[in-house]
Amino acid sequence: MFENLQDKLQGVFQRLSSRGKLSEADVDAALREVRLALLEADVNFKVVKDFIGRVRERAVGVEVMQSLTPAQQVVKIVNEELIATLGEPARLNLDGPAPHVIMLVGLQGSGKTTTASKLALFLRKSNHRPLLVAADTRRPAAIEQLQVLGRQLDIPVHAEGTDVPPPQICANAIKKARQGAHDVIILDTAGRLHIDEALMDELAQVKAKTNPQEVLLVADAMTGQDAVRVAESFHQQVGLTGLILTKIDGDARGGAAISIRSVTGVPIKFLGTGERSGDLEKFHPDRMASRILGMGDILTLIERAESTLDQEKAQRAGERLLAGEFNLEDFLEQLGEVKKLGPMSQLLEMIPGMASMSRSLPPDLTDQQLRRVEAIINSMTLAERRNPKILNASRKRRVARGSGTTVQEVNQLLAQFRQMQRMMKQLRGGKGQRALANLLGGFR
Amino acid sequence: MFKSKQLRDSLARTRGSFFGQITGLFGASDINDDLWDDLEALLIQADVGVDTTLSLVERVKDRVAREGIVKASDAQRVLKEEMLSLLAADGSRPPSLDRKRLLTVVLVVGVNGSGKTTTIAKLAHYYRRQGQNVVLAATDTFRAAAIDQLKVWGERAGVTVIAHQPGADPGAVVFDAIKSSQARGATMVIVDTAGRLHTKYNLMKELEKIRSIAAKQVHEAPHETLLVLDATTGQNAISQARHFKKSVDVTGVVLAKLDGTAKGGVVFAIARELGVPVRFVGTGEGIEDLAEFDAETFVEGLFAG
Ligand SMILES: Nc1nc2c(ncn2[C@@H]2O[C@H](COP(=O)(O)OP(=O)(O)OP(=O)(O)O)[C@@H](O)[C@H]2O)c(=O)[nH]1
Ligand SMILES: [Mg+2]
Repeated sequence: MFENLQDKLQGVFQRLSSRGKLSEADVDAALREVRLALLEADVNFKVVKDFIGRVRERAVGVEVMQSLTPAQQVVKIVNEELIATLGEPARLNLDGPAPHVIMLVGLQGSGKTTTASKLALFLRKSNHRPLLVAADTRRPAAIEQLQVLGRQLDIPVHAEGTDVPPPQICANAIKKARQGAHDVIILDTAGRLHIDEALMDELAQVKAKTNPQEVLLVADAMTGQDAVRVAESFHQQVGLTGLILTKIDGDARGGAAISIRSVTGVPIKFLGTGERSGDLEKFHPDRMASRILGMGDILTLIERAESTLDQEKAQRAGERLLAGEFNLEDFLEQLGEVKKLGPMSQLLEMIPGMASMSRSLPPDLTDQQLRRVEAIINSMTLAERRNPKILNASRKRRVARGSGTTVQEVNQLLAQFRQMQRMMKQLRGGKGQRALANLLGGFR
Repeated sequence: MFKSKQLRDSLARTRGSFFGQITGLFGASDINDDLWDDLEALLIQADVGVDTTLSLVERVKDRVAREGIVKASDAQRVLKEEMLSLLAADGSRPPSLDRKRLLTVVLVVGVNGSGKTTTIAKLAHYYRRQGQNVVLAATDTFRAAAIDQLKVWGERAGVTVIAHQPGADPGAVVFDAIKSSQARGATMVIVDTAGRLHTKYNLMKELEKIRSIAAKQVHEAPHETLLVLDATTGQNAISQARHFKKSVDVTGVVLAKLDGTAKGGVVFAIARELGVPVRFVGTGEGIEDLAEFDAETFVEGLFAG
């Protein structure tokens, strides 16, 4: 489990003067940690150096905001600078007269063919008529792969076997697109090394013959330090217009996004989030930034909570909680709300520091536990829910039987609930702030 | 000194761009702070990773102090030794592969697109030349045309491919491949598996199932479980290795795509943290582009020139 950057910075600042302006020494100490975090996330060494320089300039002498700790202040600046570097998400450029050509390029195994089919599906959903072009004549069965995907999606694929040179295939595809009234043509080119002169030259020829509006580099989110060199070469030799980062559904921190953005300046257009054709998502620079910093995807979680949860119920629960009136019935209601957000395992993924833990659990385990908790509370009478203290041994046995659990599990739930109530009492007492911090700390 | 031309060629590139620089660094006679900073920078840029880099540099510094070393070139020798000792962590070949048996089972796993299928073609070619009678099992029934891809390679390598229909149960394919290998007197089955991210619980369970089916059919199978890593991959490779090792007990790594400019330095961390050795390197897209990995030769080569 990687430590949260903010925790580390908290540690740094505890040793330093902690109020007022951020001094040079404060900033440098903090930036050492930031630098390590970025390197661990696979951001390129030189890119990190430039980045740290920029943050340093912004941070030294900054007044620490009232509401923030110095650590939070630095994280805020780092985060803002990261978001700025990642840039705004950009749409596909489909301006001007059809047909529009989109050319996908990249290293071997980066995910071009899958991405081609995802783009085709995405375009068709927005009322376009895409044509897929099998221009990978090198890898065994690459053409078949695209054809199978095309069949599955019912999207036509232009292929001419492996003997016709790719630039020719692509040129022919454009003629065919005009006849077939296709308005977008997606070229799936063979994966190649950026240092392979003959093959890079072939890409330049494809580009010259098809005049693509978009030349998208398809890059693996797991790419390490070499991302810079690869992106630079492709940009120099074929001129990129955008980037698609694939395999983001794993646990890679995705520092390559920063590296590639920094050296090419082209925008990130999409993220590949799974093996299926629907798994293509918009890029959110803020989420990417917290991912790179190892801070989880808390923003997605908050966004989802805001749009799904019943605000009124939550408000009421919060008030009862603070008034010390929160009982098992309220708890049950809140559980129902949380469940609306999605499977527990997925929620845990989004919380900083919890990701790796949740991955080691079977995806349905936490949800199963939730269901058992619900079953236990459901088996209680209203009086018992409102005042759990009346649950004696025989009542507990009844509840256990009714919910298909054991008395031990019932006891466990009650103990947890009592602990929660105790914490709430502390909250109402003067030690509130610290208790809340402890509570949150427990989640990391 | 070198076992094959490919390894030498790919190392020559690495040497030119990376260890060439190190040699340059150490050429400057006396040891100073800049040397350590530059060394750190070079290691990190080779994807060796922060932790491993710091611990390597720390170890070298320690020894330099302890052994009273003043010349940069002597520090280089110490670094070389330390890097070597990391890679040599866990011996070379799995003893189980050398033992005589009727049928050897090799399981090949890895994330999507890392180079598994191509590597399997190369392995088939390599082992066939060593006199093995090789059969390939096409258990990637998920990715479009993955079966066709393996069949093309099977033809090129001159080995039989056992396959079912797309969408078929991978476990049934393994079962079948082993049965039919036994029937036809084959001596080695290499199992191609679908690419999967190590974080996907269900897919990892599927892999464990494939493994356990093989284990039930053949004593001590699989005798080798190879994780194919893309040399371009950064620090995530450690997480890959950790998860795959936990699920299917990876016994070795194949570092594919070493013919690019990436250095694959993350294997130091994998050896250090998990004790999983590198067995082969992939040096191109052709069937011959595979070289045995030998820690000594590798590190020696990295410093030469
Ligand atoms: N340059 C180079 N390319 C390689 C090497 N090994 C594999 N490739 C290429 O990498 C791409 C992906 O290889 P595959 O063997 O299909 O990878 P895989 O892991 O089987 O992919 P999935 O089954 O889709 O997960 C292909 O274009 C291969 O030609 C290598 O050593 N060097
Ligand atoms: Mg494959």
